[in-house]
Amino acid sequence: MNAQRLRGLIRKEALQIVRDPSSIAIAFVMPLVLLLLFGYGVSLDARHVPIALVAERPSAQTSGFFSGFWRSPYFKAYGYPDMRDARRALMRRDVDAIVWLRSDFTRQVLRGASAPIGVIVDGVNANNARIIEGYVQGVWASWLAAQARERGQPLTLPVDIRSRVWFNPALRSHDYLVPGLIALIMTLIGALLTALVVAREWERGTMESLMASPATIPEILVGKVVPYFFLGMGGMILTVVMAITVFSVPFVGSLWLLFAAAALFLLTTLGMGLLISTIARNQFVAGMIAVVTTYLPAFILSGFIFDIHSMPWPIRLLTHTIAARYFVAILQTLFLAGNVWPVIGGNMAALGLIALLFLGLVARISRKRLD
Amino acid sequence: MAWYRIRALVVKEFLALLRNKASRMVLIGPPLIQLVVFGYAATFNLHHVPIAVYNEDRGGASRQLIARFQGSRYFSLVGMLTSGRRIANIISDKEALMVLRIGPHFSRDLELHRTARIEVLVDGRNSNTGLLALNDVDTVVQSFNAHWAATHGWQTAPAVPVMRAWFNPDLRSRWFIIPGIVGLLTLVVAMLVSGLSVAREREAGTFDQLLVTPLGPWEILLGKALPGFLIGGLEATLIIVVAISWFRVPFMGSVLALYLGLALFLLAAIGVGLAISSASATQQQGLLGVFLFLVPAVILSGFATPIANMPPLVQYLTYLNPLRYFLIILRGVFLQGDGVAILWTQYLPLIGIGLATMTLAMQLFRRRLT
Amino acid sequence: MATPTPLLALEGVHKSFRTQGARVDAITDVGFTVNAGAITGLLGPDGAGKTTLMRLCAGLLLPDEGRVMVLGFDSRGASAHIQQSVGYMPQRFGLYEDLTVQENLDLYADLHGLARAARHARYGELLRLTGLGPFGRRLARDLSGGMKQKLGLACTLVHPPRLLLLDEPTVGVDPISRRELWSIVGGLVARGDTGILISTAYLDEAERCAHVLLVHKGRLLAQGPPEGFRSSMAGRGFFATAQDLSGRAVEAIVARDPAILDTVVQRDGVRVVMRAGAAPPALSGITFTPVAPRFEDAFVERLRDAASPSPVAATQAAPSPAPARLPAPKVMIEAHELRRTFGAFEAVRGISFQVERGRIFGLLGANGAGKTTTFRMLCGLLPPSSGTLAIAGVDVRAAPAAARARIGYMSQKFSLYGDLSVAQNLAFFASTYGLTGAQRARRLHWAADTFGLGPFWDTNAADLALGFKQHLALSCALIHEPKVLFLDEPTSGVDPLARREFWRRINALAWDGVTIMVTTHFMEEAEYCDELVLMSLGRILAAGTPAQIRASARTADNPDPSMDDAFVALIEMHEAPTRQAS
Repeated sequence: MNAQRLRGLIRKEALQIVRDPSSIAIAFVMPLVLLLLFGYGVSLDARHVPIALVAERPSAQTSGFFSGFWRSPYFKAYGYPDMRDARRALMRRDVDAIVWLRSDFTRQVLRGASAPIGVIVDGVNANNARIIEGYVQGVWASWLAAQARERGQPLTLPVDIRSRVWFNPALRSHDYLVPGLIALIMTLIGALLTALVVAREWERGTMESLMASPATIPEILVGKVVPYFFLGMGGMILTVVMAITVFSVPFVGSLWLLFAAAALFLLTTLGMGLLISTIARNQFVAGMIAVVTTYLPAFILSGFIFDIHSMPWPIRLLTHTIAARYFVAILQTLFLAGNVWPVIGGNMAALGLIALLFLGLVARISRKRLD
Repeated sequence: MAWYRIRALVVKEFLALLRNKASRMVLIGPPLIQLVVFGYAATFNLHHVPIAVYNEDRGGASRQLIARFQGSRYFSLVGMLTSGRRIANIISDKEALMVLRIGPHFSRDLELHRTARIEVLVDGRNSNTGLLALNDVDTVVQSFNAHWAATHGWQTAPAVPVMRAWFNPDLRSRWFIIPGIVGLLTLVVAMLVSGLSVAREREAGTFDQLLVTPLGPWEILLGKALPGFLIGGLEATLIIVVAISWFRVPFMGSVLALYLGLALFLLAAIGVGLAISSASATQQQGLLGVFLFLVPAVILSGFATPIANMPPLVQYLTYLNPLRYFLIILRGVFLQGDGVAILWTQYLPLIGIGLATMTLAMQLFRRRLT
Repeated sequence: MATPTPLLALEGVHKSFRTQGARVDAITDVGFTVNAGAITGLLGPDGAGKTTLMRLCAGLLLPDEGRVMVLGFDSRGASAHIQQSVGYMPQRFGLYEDLTVQENLDLYADLHGLARAARHARYGELLRLTGLGPFGRRLARDLSGGMKQKLGLACTLVHPPRLLLLDEPTVGVDPISRRELWSIVGGLVARGDTGILISTAYLDEAERCAHVLLVHKGRLLAQGPPEGFRSSMAGRGFFATAQDLSGRAVEAIVARDPAILDTVVQRDGVRVVMRAGAAPPALSGITFTPVAPRFEDAFVERLRDAASPSPVAATQAAPSPAPARLPAPKVMIEAHELRRTFGAFEAVRGISFQVERGRIFGLLGANGAGKTTTFRMLCGLLPPSSGTLAIAGVDVRAAPAAARARIGYMSQKFSLYGDLSVAQNLAFFASTYGLTGAQRARRLHWAADTFGLGPFWDTNAADLALGFKQHLALSCALIHEPKVLFLDEPTSGVDPLARREFWRRINALAWDGVTIMVTTHFMEEAEYCDELVLMSLGRILAAGTPAQIRASARTADNPDPSMDDAFVALIEMHEAPTRQAS
């Protein structure tokens, strides 16, 4: 490899990145948009869930039970005089759930006869509905405890769960979404941008000039990989800094490991991008393939949002071919759990293997030929 | 405005889209693959969560509890630990998402009518999965409690919640996600068809050729909008059929309400697509513009995460997003059995967005002519 | 330094490509050599295989059979060595448009391993040679077509190559830039150690080569020095004139004579080439004066021999030479004080002219003269900033749709829907002009017949050969029988035979009363026009008949200037102050 030629190619690519608005858009605008969206817009943590409270015959007991809802930060409670109104509110999506105390609630509670508490949840958003059910149960449990205290007899449930959440005790969804974004952003830069840029060289005929020059294939490939490698690492650093400073996500692992893993992952996406553009020498097609084969899987199949264990086995098998899966695992571990070698080592090895596979494939099929 | 000219343009657009192998593939292949993969992969219902148990108790009660975990579809038992030292590793190494720790006095406490404590240690790295798994643990333990209390003569709680979920009694998140995918894919297809159409002609030089014909700007705009409308409508229908027949999502509401919503949604989406296309000089710019619109539009639509959880400022922003309204319509019609009468509050904003974006497209289109 | 072996030698080269399952032979049994100190020209109609040959020589394609030896290296196995020492400029030289002139040069200097110390002197020389000196910091995309080609050439020359391969470097370049490019190339071979292989579609450029290769359908048809080609045609060229008849009118008469091989309107008459052994026919009122043979005559003869019957035959008999001059000349295009500004830049600075019915009106100018802007305003693609414009008596600004219904437009890119078949393209444009039912069927039938499109009826437009693309574009523009036809560089990239045929058709249209407005870079085509305007820097520099324009450039040195000479002289005179200043 000739240093002067390589330097020339890298310099050219760097200048193009700086001058081309679409590179800027993908490398800087998209990451910022994604960060802001995920940082501020996306949250799975329900707060102030609108809930309808219906007591058919209000009493000290019913208001005692409801007071938990009025006080809870998870709920925004609305009192309704009867079920008809409450149901209508649920149908109109004014409230997400109804808690309904029948007319004999007070009598049964005083008798100690397990009065039923009607809870109706809007099940359309199943995930949200479950979370709401959990919150309702929380309110109920603390009411039980208070009741028991009042009567001077301790509450006895056969089994009581004490849960401890490791690595993210407050279960803040930011803390796992924002690190996961790094994988998404690096996929955009590594695969989508690279695929588009190389396809553009084919379309504009500049590739033919390069091919006819003394530059060798390894030089041309390295000349492409190096600038986008730095761009991708830049995107990663930007995201990490934003994650830690703006979104106060803890980072407990080693930065060096993060850099190493990111570098490996970036190589896999660059390999994908180059591979796509050698197959499709047209920007539109290359862009579509890149989105469908790299961006969407990084979103859906990487464990970034959806739990991989819960997918049916064919799809679980499919996720093993997706580099983002390994990187997301490393990211979430490094940010929240620390340098857990068994997780990091295995996933790094997988990343290295995939990177080698793609880059090797690209080097094999790229020739200085036009046919 | 002359109908025969618009018809010629629409026929031409269809031929150009369908005779090209690449664009045919883009229109038909990816949406169906995405529907299937998303349909199966995008779920918040946990199955087979790997769980490990560290049981220090020798009694039968703990075995009964563990049996309940084993029997649950939520969990799959990946290991019985024999030493407390393994707990930390098995979680941090991601071998198990959670560890259930049962103390040595579990059975004895229960026999003595004392509350027996169990400890659940959860991996919080994916906080949503962690939270859901905790809920599932709760469900299993509660059913154990109810059973134990009833069979061993424990005092019952003065009141017990009886949970019922309307519209989706088993709380399957697939029922929630798949109507969302209908909206998502319809948006993608409509945007791709319309977002690249003007830019493609501009790049090929045929746009000038169009402009020197007697076609007026409105006619061109209409001719460009209709194919997206028809293709979007057909593709949406296909996806809806797959959703109902393959994924068995119930369809409770009125077809009229759904298609009225679909038509208005397509109007709005194509308006946005044409505005992007008219503003861009090349296909690449068009593609980027579409992408830059799609990503926030999907995230801020309530597709995966509820709009109600967003900060108020962002919630206001979602009012500009046509997908937001269409998702409500889709889920309302599919699961809640809504009709036109309930959904009109969703139709109105779609009409507004559609008219505004079409006008904008028209303006951009005219300005680009000069 | 005289090399005993040629710089480039091809022996029995075959090359085929696989398209849609079938193998198509692109190059069949081609062998030739290129020597140092000379320019070798590669000529042939489009689709002849010129670009494939160039790529074979550059080692970008490997021959299926035969050998390509470049500077003593076999391209099979040593293509890396070849690319070290060969300069290759592809047809659309891949300039990085978002890099400046200097940055493009730097890149190629790095790629060719030019030492830093040597750069300053080399850049200075190249920039002086190409006249790009003042534009070092300008982005390549902001350069005119001619300047881009010169920059492309400079990039290939950064490291002086021993063999230079230039693939159609002068396509789409105005005559001035073309002359400049040739003088650079001429300067390179003058030193003696460099050899150049250049392909071109401009036949007059063949005369500048020492050796010419004529390829057709992937075969080498003939080769030799241009004089050899010329002398083979001695005694067969004549200049036909008639009193009171324009060149076009004379052509319409003589072209029908079977003894005549080729006709080209030139100045006030027609240059004709007789078939071998035939004498000029006796036609009343027409005098034939012998003229010197040209390379082009030989080209046309060889290709007419080799060509499969093209649709030319069908159109030979097109125009009726009846003096169908319409009694009352009517003004069809009237521009008055047209102006167009883009921001602070005044692209067109108030131009006025009129075109009468049935006239061919030419709009000429160097790249960047405001020609394209004017043209776009005339066909309604760009509103003028001020001034009035009427087409067929309709004010374009007041009733744009009505004006557009009367015009046909054909752009230099032959803008067609590539994914639509020939029939679908025609049907679409017919429908947009409101043709329906039997009327539409009749016009489609007409297009199929007149333009020989029948065999390709269901072929995608993108898959047509360039010549047929041009036919299809023209038939789409004519489908609604427009009164005014706008042609924007209608023959760009098309080979001379197709070009002749095209003009014959345009002549016939003019006879039938269609008014034609045309822009072109081919100066011999300007001779076809009844009137010309020559634009420069947004103004009309000269206007009149071709003869008047030529006469205005007459000097003592050049008492009988060609249209090309006139163009260059007039533009240079007018633009000299600005060209130097910028």
